[in-house]
Amino acid sequence: MAEQRRTMMGNQAITQGALEAGVRVAAGYPGTPSSEIIQNLADAAAEHDLYVEWSINEKVSLEVAAAASLAGLRSLCAMKQNGVNVASDFLLHLAGSGVRAGMVLVHCDDPGALSSVNEGESRHFARMLELPQLEPGDFQEAKDMTKWAFELSEAIGNLVMLRSVTRLSHASGGVVPGTIPAPQGRARFDHHGTLLDQGHGPVSSSPVGLKHRRQQEKLKKAVELFETSPFNTYAGPEAPELLVITSSICNLYVKEALALLGLAERVGVLKLGTTWPLPPKLLQRNLERCERVLIVEEVIPFLEENVKIAAAEMAGEIGAKRFHGKRDGTIPASGELNPDIVIKALAGLLEVPYQARPAAYDRLAGELAPQATQERELAFCPGCPHRASFWSLKEALALDARDGFICGDIGCYSLAMRPTGYGMLKTLHAMGSGAGMASGFGQLGRFGMDQPVMAVSGDSTFYHAVIPALINAVHQKSPMSLVVLDNSGTAMTGFQPHPGTQANAMGQPVPPVDIEAVCRSLGAEVTVCDPFDLEATRRAAVELLADQSTAKVLILRQLCALSPQRKGYKPYDVWVDQDKCLGDQCGCNRLCTRVFGCPGLAWEKESGKARIDEVICAGCGVCASICPQGAILKSERA
Amino acid sequence: MAEAKLRQDPYNLIITGVGGQGNVLASRMLGNVLTSQGLWVTIGETFGASQRGGSVMSHLRVSAQGSWSPQIPAGRAHMVLALEPLEALRVLVTYGNPETKAIVNNRPILPMAAIAGKSQYPEGQQLRDMLAQLTAQSWSIPATDRAMELGASIYANIIMIGALSATGDLPVSRQGFQDELERALGPAKVATNLEAFDLGLAMVRG
Ligand code: SF4
Ligand code: SF4
Repeated sequence: MAEQRRTMMGNQAITQGALEAGVRVAAGYPGTPSSEIIQNLADAAAEHDLYVEWSINEKVSLEVAAAASLAGLRSLCAMKQNGVNVASDFLLHLAGSGVRAGMVLVHCDDPGALSSVNEGESRHFARMLELPQLEPGDFQEAKDMTKWAFELSEAIGNLVMLRSVTRLSHASGGVVPGTIPAPQGRARFDHHGTLLDQGHGPVSSSPVGLKHRRQQEKLKKAVELFETSPFNTYAGPEAPELLVITSSICNLYVKEALALLGLAERVGVLKLGTTWPLPPKLLQRNLERCERVLIVEEVIPFLEENVKIAAAEMAGEIGAKRFHGKRDGTIPASGELNPDIVIKALAGLLEVPYQARPAAYDRLAGELAPQATQERELAFCPGCPHRASFWSLKEALALDARDGFICGDIGCYSLAMRPTGYGMLKTLHAMGSGAGMASGFGQLGRFGMDQPVMAVSGDSTFYHAVIPALINAVHQKSPMSLVVLDNSGTAMTGFQPHPGTQANAMGQPVPPVDIEAVCRSLGAEVTVCDPFDLEATRRAAVELLADQSTAKVLILRQLCALSPQRKGYKPYDVWVDQDKCLGDQCGCNRLCTRVFGCPGLAWEKESGKARIDEVICAGCGVCASICPQGAILKSERA
Repeated sequence: MAEAKLRQDPYNLIITGVGGQGNVLASRMLGNVLTSQGLWVTIGETFGASQRGGSVMSHLRVSAQGSWSPQIPAGRAHMVLALEPLEALRVLVTYGNPETKAIVNNRPILPMAAIAGKSQYPEGQQLRDMLAQLTAQSWSIPATDRAMELGASIYANIIMIGALSATGDLPVSRQGFQDELERALGPAKVATNLEAFDLGLAMVRG
């Protein structure tokens, strides 16, 4: 009914499904595109009597959620693709031991790496760890499937994986919500039975031989349920010229492509919601329809390879098929898909022409494109403390003059790989890898390396994975320095609380864990500085580099420009004195606009001088300290 | 509830701008207004670093039938609502066709390369000419300047929505918008936002 339909973000739909399933405990670690799931559940915690936490990292979040399941409460865990790697150690064990009350792992992949530094695929964990995999194909399914995933989990006694992608998690579409049940059930962990009694005994993946066999039986039970699942649908003629097999958001791309190409009468679409393990009878019924098959999916050819294995096993019954997809190049092997890519693939295979717009318009657009497509380099926000931090670190490394470098890490400040942070990051990998790698580089002096090394980390990242790396550096006496860019929030993903903040996900007061005290207690020397004080910061960084006899920490603490505590607050009025600014004439070589690069500064072509764009400037006042002419002025606002 | 009729189904609208301009909020509000008319709305947010000075784009598919892909196919936009002029051009080059219309906020935000003097931002008239060539109809309006007069640049979004409403292409009524404002922002903020909406409405009806 139209009256009840609402436009929901995919992540909101997943949240709604979990609430309708009566979830009681949820945990996760923020990461785009998954973050809103835990956030929305935290917001609903008081009303629906849930416990929700942002855990210190993904492995811990999975352990927290598993505890709830073992105590008889339905639980959910959410993370992005990288998170599954982090959680995978425990995940392997949990898959073997099984769960009790329904437990769902929502993992959100980021095809095209729209907000990641990788394009990882987490579906293969389902196959590798022998867990069922679900993939919703639109917004309504995102809700319905999440709800059903809890039932499935209880039916088989094991965790269920549900995969979303950025274009589903962060897109919005129509969903008809259902009712949310009143909270019920008391938590109790029953552990008095035998090791083999999954409902009442101690929980472990041993004895392995027996438990592994049992796990595979659970998977077989899931396949049987998948054979008749309403989430697997076929649409199209009885005997199509081509069978498309697809899943997830690609389902909507296929739908769009068929509509635009007018191919709905010629092409059949098998949309799979249960993508591991594949239900063989359903597959056989559909593969029998035709000789040619196109598989449309994102990231690795997961579905494609699994379908091919199944087809080989049933070759006696269905005969040989011709497959198209990523392996033969019909679908690109990397990057995200969109309707146009699917249109091209289908138009090519069925030899139908497609023209989106008149050729003359295309030509014109092509001529104007060079003007239109000049890149907007991503930049640190106006008033961002990281710009100031990297400015000072750059100067300190230059003063040190030993070709030192910085190992990067995951967060907003990863942007410092690019011009916005003066290209200061020279390595960038997983959460916490900056400190870990710096600890390794630090040891290479014995092999003749004479470059000093620094690592940067944000505050949330510090808790997630830097602490063990720092312990390592201290214990191994690695001469490295760690710079913690503490902007007091998980800014990249929307200010989720972390152990350093004063409130938890549900807004309740909690004791903050002090980064400085943690570092000191580990035996590291610690200095704290305000990065907006460029001179003091540079001095501290130079000192850090000069004596790297032990592991040292410099905490650069200043609120994120977008932090809710700072929003709308301009500490300074800032302006350029047009008489003092010598512009092109000055020896500064436009230091402010060309090098420092805050988007709040503009270059006036007519006068050849700098100016502040009041719409954009956040009034941090930092640029006033970089102009050698003293032409940028600031005054404190009342 | 009677479902609103659409000139095209799905009707494809792209809202574009630069990270930090409030693009996502504008598309949500518009989506909610249209959903309350009984329409299906699918909104795709393009680009993740929406806060950090990059190009951002939201795709809105409005339909009486159901959910469409959150990404509009190339060459298929009916309307481009641009909070920044260069972004209008960028979107039209890929998604425009001879029937596409555009409403463009005329205040440029310079890319970092242009600020640094490494690239040239097109001149105002040149940009307007290019936009005219790529659209059936286009409006260039001083949304940010008028928003600043109202007290904050963020009102430019609402002025743009008012302008869109004036075209009559989508069922975005003043009342529907007011209801959404009351729900989303609470009564205190309704007056100024409605004023912004009316300003935009007048700019296109003008
Ligand atoms: S404001 Fe200062 S740094 Fe910028 S151009 Fe003028 S004199 Fe040079
Ligand atoms: S004061 Fe200067 S550095 Fe700070 S936001 Fe404004 S223009 Fe940027």
